[in-house]
Amino acid sequence: MKYLSEYRAPEQVAALLKQIHAETTRQWTLMEICGGQTHSLVKNGLLEMLPDKITMVHGPGCPVCVTPVSVIDEAIWLASQPGVILCSFGDMLRVPGSKISLLEVKARGGDVRMVYSPLEAVELAKNNPDKQVVFFAVGFETTAPANALSVVHASKQNIQNYSILASHVLVPPAMEAILSDPENRIDAFLAAGHVCTIMGMNEYDPIAEKYRIPIVVTGFEPVDLLQGILFAIRQLEKGEYRVENQYTRYVQRAGNLLAQETLKDVFDISDRMWRGIGNIPNSGFEVKDIYRIYNAREKFDIDIPLAEENAACISGDIMKGLKKPFQCPNFGTACKPEHPLGAPMVSSEGACAAYYQYYGEELTAK
Amino acid sequence: MNLQCPLPKLDFDIITLGHGSGGLLMHELLNKTVLDIFKNDLLDQQHDGASFSLPGPLAFSTDSYVVSPISFPGGNIGDLAVNGTVNDLAMCGAQAKYLSLAFILEEGLKVDEFWDVLVSIKNAALKSGVQIVTGDTKVVERGKGDKIFINTSGIGQVHPSARIHHRYIEPGDAIILSGKLAAHGITIMSLREGLQFETDIETDSVNLNHTVNILLDGFGEGIKFLRDPTRGGLASTLNEISGAAKMGIDIDQNLLPLDEQVEGACEMLGLDPLYVANEGLFIAIVKKDIKDEVLQLLHTDPNGAHAAIIGYITDEHPGKVILKSRIGGKRVVSYLPGEQLPRIC
Repeated sequence: MKYLSEYRAPEQVAALLKQIHAETTRQWTLMEICGGQTHSLVKNGLLEMLPDKITMVHGPGCPVCVTPVSVIDEAIWLASQPGVILCSFGDMLRVPGSKISLLEVKARGGDVRMVYSPLEAVELAKNNPDKQVVFFAVGFETTAPANALSVVHASKQNIQNYSILASHVLVPPAMEAILSDPENRIDAFLAAGHVCTIMGMNEYDPIAEKYRIPIVVTGFEPVDLLQGILFAIRQLEKGEYRVENQYTRYVQRAGNLLAQETLKDVFDISDRMWRGIGNIPNSGFEVKDIYRIYNAREKFDIDIPLAEENAACISGDIMKGLKKPFQCPNFGTACKPEHPLGAPMVSSEGACAAYYQYYGEELTAK
Repeated sequence: MNLQCPLPKLDFDIITLGHGSGGLLMHELLNKTVLDIFKNDLLDQQHDGASFSLPGPLAFSTDSYVVSPISFPGGNIGDLAVNGTVNDLAMCGAQAKYLSLAFILEEGLKVDEFWDVLVSIKNAALKSGVQIVTGDTKVVERGKGDKIFINTSGIGQVHPSARIHHRYIEPGDAIILSGKLAAHGITIMSLREGLQFETDIETDSVNLNHTVNILLDGFGEGIKFLRDPTRGGLASTLNEISGAAKMGIDIDQNLLPLDEQVEGACEMLGLDPLYVANEGLFIAIVKKDIKDEVLQLLHTDPNGAHAAIIGYITDEHPGKVILKSRIGGKRVVSYLPGEQLPRIC
């Protein structure tokens, strides 16, 4: 596959690994922000190939993982209402709420549909004028523009039976929350290439400056990840800290301005609860007042008690990079993909799911 | 050799509840469609069951088919229902002889859609050399089914040289995959609601009994184990084998036969081809010293043109399947957890 196979080429991988081994002289801890990067590292067996001196910790960039139980309960409540079609990306369906998951709502008769794009949900609303169609809009800056666009589309076509349940989160405030944690031990970040494709790199400069930490915008294929690691190590070894771009084939410094405009049109920046981490100020999007009728929280009188997170799940420590999945006493025992205690074991981008799937129950991972 | 049959003249164009009632309507439907198209001595007796004798040893298998949509590039639920059971028998080293065929039809199903399914059942049966000898038709109310569900059961005669059991598997045995991965699953996914992408990918659904027969004729007990990686994909099947045989399995990603379009579709949908369903593939675990000859023979068969040795049995890591990635890293290949769901960003 052109545009993909060259980023998986064994010769390139070997050459980069050789360079990383040669240039790493001290212990460094790097965090890859995005769960897609985590999965690629684990799936390709890259963690074992890195020098022992480099520790990779896995960041919070898994939208499913950071969506609080209370928001999943909101989606479950909506899906249980007569006349409502709840649309969601597939990953979200198996995540346990405080009592059940969306898949179980579906099994009990709720109309829950898996879609690949929010525009499919708008189409569904158009074709089912007697139903209320709600799209469960989770995700980082990467997914937010398409979700915002669905609201714009619905509004332009005057489709009034469409709304979104927004639970959007933003990367830079989460990075700051991680860096401010007194237990933090991260020396450099691999920033999420897809997020920066939309948002650009400018918002990362103040973080690199303030916390004196290298940030390398990095892609998702083996060659991308190793190159990102190499760039970060080079900065660290030289005592430098700046924002650098490995993912130049997609990321421009200013990002995608059209997408950013759409975000500004539809969303306000708001405080947001992160599962396992807690409230982070200005870390999410909420639907603007002018689009109130497309905000499921305004349209429906969602009536649910505030849910507690499952105390047995240490997802907060996992997503802040303080613990590895196998350091959780429930990993692979009480918590498995088929009966997860928390979201990181469910999502295709969750660190626990990656470790479980690709290392098995044996805890040989670094 | 595909049979082209025009739809017989009928007084109705959709299936109604009366067609499952046992009365006149049902007789008209069956006489003009099912009984006519599948005509053979055993079926023509129109008895409650078929009586026959077959020299043993025999193999017996059953499977139900609920695929949606019922028709897809390269086939429909009909040939799937024949090939599925024929192949399950082939994996036991058996040639399917007789099939039962049971339909659950949804009220409102168009008769011409039903006819298309019957024609493809007929063609698949002809290709695999199996006869439909008994059957059943029920009709459920609209909304209580999904157009058409099929169950087939089959009886087959086990090849005299077949010694197929996981207890014969030993370290060093080669694992051969008969063709390219994941075509069926991706074909179905590409038709599911909301997933509009255009490809030339077709289902790989095909009868494997003749191919298996050639292997058993040629190598007998050198073929130690056979299994078709259908639902759950190659990953789940290899895990089943390594668990049952209490052996480890090493496979190499570089050796997996994979169509470029299928690989591209998997990338786009966030699916791992190791977990995507196949309908016309089998895994053969064969004695180390005959592996190249088996492969050579397979390459002469249309169902084995892309066959490849994908790995080996090992006594290290019993019960585990380890994949060497394209770039040389190693990882565990686990069972499919739940349904394969796409990523969200």
